[in-house]
Amino acid sequence: MSKPPFEFDTLALHAGQRPDAETGARATPIYQSASFVFESAEAAAGLFNLERTGHVYSRLSNPTNAVLEERIAVLDQGVGAVAVASGQAAMHLAVATLMGAGDHIVASRSLYGGTHNLLSYTLPRFGIKTTFVDPRDPAAFAAAIQDNTKLVFGEVVGNPGMEVLDIPAIAEVAHAAGIPVMIDATFTTPYLCRPIELGADLVMHSATKFLSGHGIVIGGLLVDGGVFDWAASGRFPTLAEPFDGFHHLNFAEEFGPAAFIARARREGLRDFGACMAPTTAFHILQGIETLSLRMARHMENAEQIAKFLSEQAGVLSVLHPCLPSHPDYELAKKLLPRGAGAVMSFEIAGGREAGVRFIEGLKIFSHLANVGDAKSLVIHPASTTHHRMDAEALVAAGISEGMIRLSIGLEDAADLIKDLKAGLRSAAKGGR
Amino acid sequence: MKTQLGGATAFYGVGNGEHAPEQPSVVFIHGSGMDHTVWLMPARHFARHGYNVVALDLPGHGGSEGPALTTIDAMSDWVSALLEQLGIGEAAIVGHSMGSLVALDFAARYPSHTRSLALLGTSTPMPVSDVLLDAAKNDDRAAMVMANTWSHSAPGLMGGHKSPGMTLYFGGLRLLQRTPEGVYFADLAACNAFEAGPVRAEAVACPTLVVLGNEDKMTGPKQSRAVASSIQGARVVELDCGHAMLSEQSNAVLAALKSIV
Ligand SMILES: Cc1ncc(COP(=O)(O)O)c(C=O)c1O
Repeated sequence: MSKPPFEFDTLALHAGQRPDAETGARATPIYQSASFVFESAEAAAGLFNLERTGHVYSRLSNPTNAVLEERIAVLDQGVGAVAVASGQAAMHLAVATLMGAGDHIVASRSLYGGTHNLLSYTLPRFGIKTTFVDPRDPAAFAAAIQDNTKLVFGEVVGNPGMEVLDIPAIAEVAHAAGIPVMIDATFTTPYLCRPIELGADLVMHSATKFLSGHGIVIGGLLVDGGVFDWAASGRFPTLAEPFDGFHHLNFAEEFGPAAFIARARREGLRDFGACMAPTTAFHILQGIETLSLRMARHMENAEQIAKFLSEQAGVLSVLHPCLPSHPDYELAKKLLPRGAGAVMSFEIAGGREAGVRFIEGLKIFSHLANVGDAKSLVIHPASTTHHRMDAEALVAAGISEGMIRLSIGLEDAADLIKDLKAGLRSAAKGGR
Repeated sequence: MKTQLGGATAFYGVGNGEHAPEQPSVVFIHGSGMDHTVWLMPARHFARHGYNVVALDLPGHGGSEGPALTTIDAMSDWVSALLEQLGIGEAAIVGHSMGSLVALDFAARYPSHTRSLALLGTSTPMPVSDVLLDAAKNDDRAAMVMANTWSHSAPGLMGGHKSPGMTLYFGGLRLLQRTPEGVYFADLAACNAFEAGPVRAEAVACPTLVVLGNEDKMTGPKQSRAVASSIQGARVVELDCGHAMLSEQSNAVLAALKSIV
C-alpha cells in the first residue's frame, strides 16, 4: 500500500531530477565542485545547523549525487539514501551508523566474499562480531540474536549457492526482537526485488554491478526504508540518544522516519568520508535509466542459459533459482516473480583442471572478478579468488573445485550458448 | 521533551535548544497524521536564534500519548493547557494544514497568548473529500497514500527534494504511516467538522501571515487567500509548491516565517 505515484520504468528515468531551472539542461549535470558558495553568513550557519537545505561540501552532499540518491531511494521505496564510494563502503557505513564496539550482527552465511571478510576478520578487530547462519533457516537467525545484536543481514540471492532469502520470514523474527534487517540487493536491483516492500528496513547496493550495467565505475548506495522505530527498539543509542558529535542532536526525535539516513550522512559521511565522486553518480544514473530494459534481457538470457547448462553432459549441476531442481525454486517464484538475477554457478565435470580449461576455451565471456556487467562474465573461484584453499577448505566455503560462476550479460543468447559449448568441449578434451 | 498533561505524556520538540520560557516563544502545530518532525528546520532555526521552541505533538501523534482529540476546539484547548504547564505566556503560533485551524482557533480564543500567527496551507472551512474521509474510516493506510499523493505538486511527485538524498513522496508517506490506527481519521474528521473558522478569523487581532502553495490540491490557493482576506491586515506569501510546503520549499517557508515569528 505504498506504491509511488508513477510506475517503476518512469521513475527510473525521472525520479529526483527536474530539467535545470537556469540552463534547461535535460540530463543531470555533473556538479564537479568540491564546495558550494554560501548565500550569506547567516545562510551558512543555517546549513551547518541543519535548518536549511543545500550543499556545503561534496563529501557531505553534492547535487549530482543527490539525484542518484533520491532516485534509488524512490525505486526502493525508502525515505532517503546516501551514495558512497563502493558497495563495501555502503556496508561499512550501515554498520558504523548502527553500532560500535561490543555489538553484534547476525548474518546469512552465503555472502559476497568481501562482505564475509569485513564481518568475520576486520570488524572483530573493532569489537563487532558476527554470527553466521544458514540463509534458509529463519529460526537460526532468531536463535543467533543476542542482547547486543544490532543488525540482521543477508543477500536477496546468495552466492555461489544462489540461496533465496525469505525476507518476510527473516524480518518477522528480527522485528520480534526489535532488530532491523538490512538486505544486500546488489544482484537483484529494485527491478527484481524491493526488500523494503517485503519487510526489510535498510537496503544496500554495490552500484558497480547491475544498477550501472556498464562496468565503468565503483559505487555503493545505502537506502533507509524509514519504517523502523529506532526509539521503540531501545537498542540504538546512536539514533535515539543525544549525539555529542552534533550538539546533542537526537536523530530519532528530530528526524523521525529519516533518523538512520540522516545520521549516516551527518556522522558517517562527515567522519569516515567514503563519498562518491559526482562523475561516478552521473555514470550510475545513466545505467539506471535503462535498468528495466537491461534486467529484463539479463533474465531472458540467464534463464535460457541455466536451462542449456542443466542439459549438458559435462555439467554435473547448475545452481539458479529458475530451475525446478533448485531448492528455492518455489520461494523465488513467490518473492522474485521477475526473476532471481543473472548470476549462476555450475559444477563442471573434471574438477579444478577442467575448470581452468573451460575458462580458457571461452571467447565471449570475459574472465574477471566482477558481476553485473552488460557483457557476460565468468570466474573459476578455485583457481582465482579462492586459489589458496585446498579441496577441504573450499567445501567449507560452499565452493567446489569444479565450480564456475557466470554473470550473464546482454549479448545474443545464441552466441553465449555457442561460447559455452566451446568451453565445455575444451574442458572435456583436456580430460582425456 | 516530555511533560505530563491531563494524566498523559505530552511530547514537544525544542529544535535542539533548551526549554527557556523566559525567551520569546514560538509554537509549531503539525497537520493531520503528522508530528513535530515536519518542523525540523524552522524549529532548529528559531532555537538557534534564542527562541523558546515548542514543536508539539498533538495527543495520539509522535511522542504524545493518545487518544487523539476529535475537534479543533479541543486541540486548541489542549495547546493552551500545554503552554500554561510550560509557563509560556505569549507565543508566535504557527500551524500547517489541520494545525493551521488549531492555530487560528487558538489565536481567536486566546488572544492574550498570541503574539503573532502564521497559517500554512490553510482553508476554512477545510472540507475533506468524501473519498478521502471514507477511505480514512475504512482503511486509513489507503487514505494516507491518497492524501500523500495529493499533498505534493506535480514536480514534487517526481522528486527533486531540496534536502540532499531525501525523497519527498516516501518521506511524507512514512511519517503518516507511523500514526496509530484511527488517529488519521479523527484528524480529518476534525478538519471537516470545524465550522467556526470564519468567525474565528474575524476575531484575530494579531499580525498574521498566510503561506500558500500555488499547486496546493488539499487547501487551494484561492481558499488560503480567502482566509487571509477575512483576517484584519493579514499578509500572504505565495510559494511554488504543493500542500507539503515544509518539505518542497523548506528554505522559502523559513524565510516567510522569519518575517512573522
Ligand atoms: C553482493 C555484493 N555485495 C557487495 C559487493 C561490494 O561492492 P563493491 O565492489 O562495489 O565495493 C559486491 C561486489 O562484488 C557484491 O557482489
